[in-house]
Amino acid sequence: MDFSFSEEQTLIKNAVEKFIQNDYDFETRNKIIAGDEGFDRGIWKQFADLGWLGISFPEEVGGFGGSAVETNIVMEAFGGGMVVEPFLSTVVLGGNALAFGGTDAQKQEVLAKVISGDVLLALAYGEAQSRYDLSDVKTSAEKKADQYVLNGEKTVVFGGAWADKVIVSARTSGDQCSEQGITLFLVDAKAEGVSVNAYKSMDGARMANVSLNNVSVGADAIVGSLDEGFGLLEKVIDYGISALCAEALGSMNAAYEKTLAYVKTREQFGVAIGSFQVIQHRLVDMFMAVESSRSMGMMVALKLGSRDVVERKKAASAAKVYIGDNARYCAQEAVQLHGGIGVTEELDIGHYFRRLTLFCGAFGSTDYHLSRFADLGE
Amino acid sequence: MNIDYTKEELEFQQGVRAWFKENLPADLKRKNQIGETLSKEDMVSWQKTLNSAGYLVVSWPKEHGGPDWTATQRYIFDSERAAAGAPIGLSMGIIMLGPVLMAFGTEEQKERYLPRIKDCEDWWCQGYSEPGAGSDLASLKTQAVLDGDEYVINGTKIWTTYAHHANHCFCLVRTDNDCKIQAGISFILIDMTAPGIEIRPIVSIDGEHHLNQVFFDNVRVPKENLVGQEGQGWTIAKYLLTHERTTIAGVADSKLNLLNLKETARTQIANGAPLIEDPQLRLKIAAEEIKLIALEYTNFRTLADTAAGRAPGPESSLLKVKGTETQQALSELAVEMAGYYAYLWKADETAGPAEFLHATEKYNFLRAATIYGGSTEVQKNVVAKMLLGLR
Repeated sequence: MDFSFSEEQTLIKNAVEKFIQNDYDFETRNKIIAGDEGFDRGIWKQFADLGWLGISFPEEVGGFGGSAVETNIVMEAFGGGMVVEPFLSTVVLGGNALAFGGTDAQKQEVLAKVISGDVLLALAYGEAQSRYDLSDVKTSAEKKADQYVLNGEKTVVFGGAWADKVIVSARTSGDQCSEQGITLFLVDAKAEGVSVNAYKSMDGARMANVSLNNVSVGADAIVGSLDEGFGLLEKVIDYGISALCAEALGSMNAAYEKTLAYVKTREQFGVAIGSFQVIQHRLVDMFMAVESSRSMGMMVALKLGSRDVVERKKAASAAKVYIGDNARYCAQEAVQLHGGIGVTEELDIGHYFRRLTLFCGAFGSTDYHLSRFADLGE
Repeated sequence: MNIDYTKEELEFQQGVRAWFKENLPADLKRKNQIGETLSKEDMVSWQKTLNSAGYLVVSWPKEHGGPDWTATQRYIFDSERAAAGAPIGLSMGIIMLGPVLMAFGTEEQKERYLPRIKDCEDWWCQGYSEPGAGSDLASLKTQAVLDGDEYVINGTKIWTTYAHHANHCFCLVRTDNDCKIQAGISFILIDMTAPGIEIRPIVSIDGEHHLNQVFFDNVRVPKENLVGQEGQGWTIAKYLLTHERTTIAGVADSKLNLLNLKETARTQIANGAPLIEDPQLRLKIAAEEIKLIALEYTNFRTLADTAAGRAPGPESSLLKVKGTETQQALSELAVEMAGYYAYLWKADETAGPAEFLHATEKYNFLRAATIYGGSTEVQKNVVAKMLLGLR
């Protein structure tokens, strides 16, 4: 039993943290999200050059053979800096879909370009009516000769505004909510019939609704197996949960540390407000929320690779419930303990608050995952 | 980063598991599982069984009869103990006093007391709290005044668990009134059969007699019963508090409790269906299970640090606070599940299902968990000051 990082992992952690500290301060981030595109392609290339985009992928496709632990190290540091570049959508969601289910050709042609920073991906699984249910898929893929014709609309696609290629869940058979009959397709965002309605999210990143109007793709666009896309999608989303939990942990920790520093310097009634016991206990509660969430983050990263699928699902749901609750708690406390300045756009605390609020609903709310956990039984 | 036990540790686990299966008396297991109060005989006889297998003083080094286990082995042992449904051992002699004597005691004290703790010949109680010194322990007033070769003790101790079973008490007493209050405290060993000691029972809200108030009226204690130097008592008390944090959260016992709760929820019927099918109850149980996972992994982190010879990280400070919260929450769930059976008080199985007979007692008893051993509020004061640097 060992919970320390290896030497290599420590090097990665130090490098990403150093990057955030030196090259991604709050002002830099604000400029990036105020720009037309909403992220910085130069920084993305830098991530590729540093090897971070390939950190969790197999060596055969140009990755570094790491695991979810490495992904989470990067994501936690990104959470500390509220990085908006599309690591989650391109590497964790799109990249893992190809790494777990892609054909050799897809891996060589697309995943390799993800690792080199030349292709951006998005995973389009949600629809207007589906909420958190991955199996509720109306978008259809109809077989016509040797082609599949896709029709439908995917909503709130992370990184959808930037993606060169979108992995879409579509129904090839079965009823609207059946787990059986879902297939994942790799679709070029510039293909005929694809329209991308891009918009901003609360944290300044860009997302999109992606409409598919008679989009024609070949069988070579299928990621994973025909009709069997649900299991793959669920696995990819569980990896996404783990990564996003790590990112939330980084944001929670930053919000906590900044709040701790603030109460030591902010004076009222002639003393630092951190000298009041009522404030001290609230900081201790935040500290405990962060450390317990860190334990949960380690748990899910270690269990993702389990051969027991139920164990993996339970781990992901448990982490989402626990870290979701504690993320919301830390975000609210950070704002409250900062007082008036905490509710302003000017201070970074409000931006951590926004980011953590979004986290709570991503990939399923606390209530959704509490039910999923309970339904998975022993 | 990994959560795996080594091959040797897994073999050790199998051995311990088999031993408990073979040696845990069924009646003791039953009482422990349903929360029936154990008698003195129950406890002593079980301690002796553990000792006969070398499983009693598991945290002690070899020279004093311990097995010299690693922190991981101790953790595995405790987990298997709990999973088997066996009660937790009496801690006052083994966990509290033993390490103090090893670190601060004279050779004579070690020779005299340690073997008697190990062989269950002595029952130790702890004399710390006083009516006016609870969370503010350092303000304690019980006096020890040297008179020739003896200290004369006057004062009172309260919340003394099992003082009525004990034949010895380790006590914090004031030997100096003219210095900083912490520096005037000494650690002394008192024979409970000495003249001048009166024990008055305190019945707690579970309706049981675990606690006592102890009065000392000119009780004479030989000088050689002082542990360490005069004025060293506070240092010794703090040493004790930092000792052995790997099982303080009670994760293993809570896991078994949760397992039993789920089993009860599957077998008890409400509105014609198993309780577990009540959607709200299901989610409440799931929520506690998830909190328990977080606690377990925090515990693993502390264990891994301890096993690697590193000082436990800051996360270890939350183990007591969160561990006792979980214990209370699970006991609350049991009461909720019991429905009208929560009314039962010291009833037997003719009145209702065994698993609910003591549900309310246990819930009541566990209110003390966030008070004893440093209340939650005091724990937070300490974390705020020592870890967060708030003052």
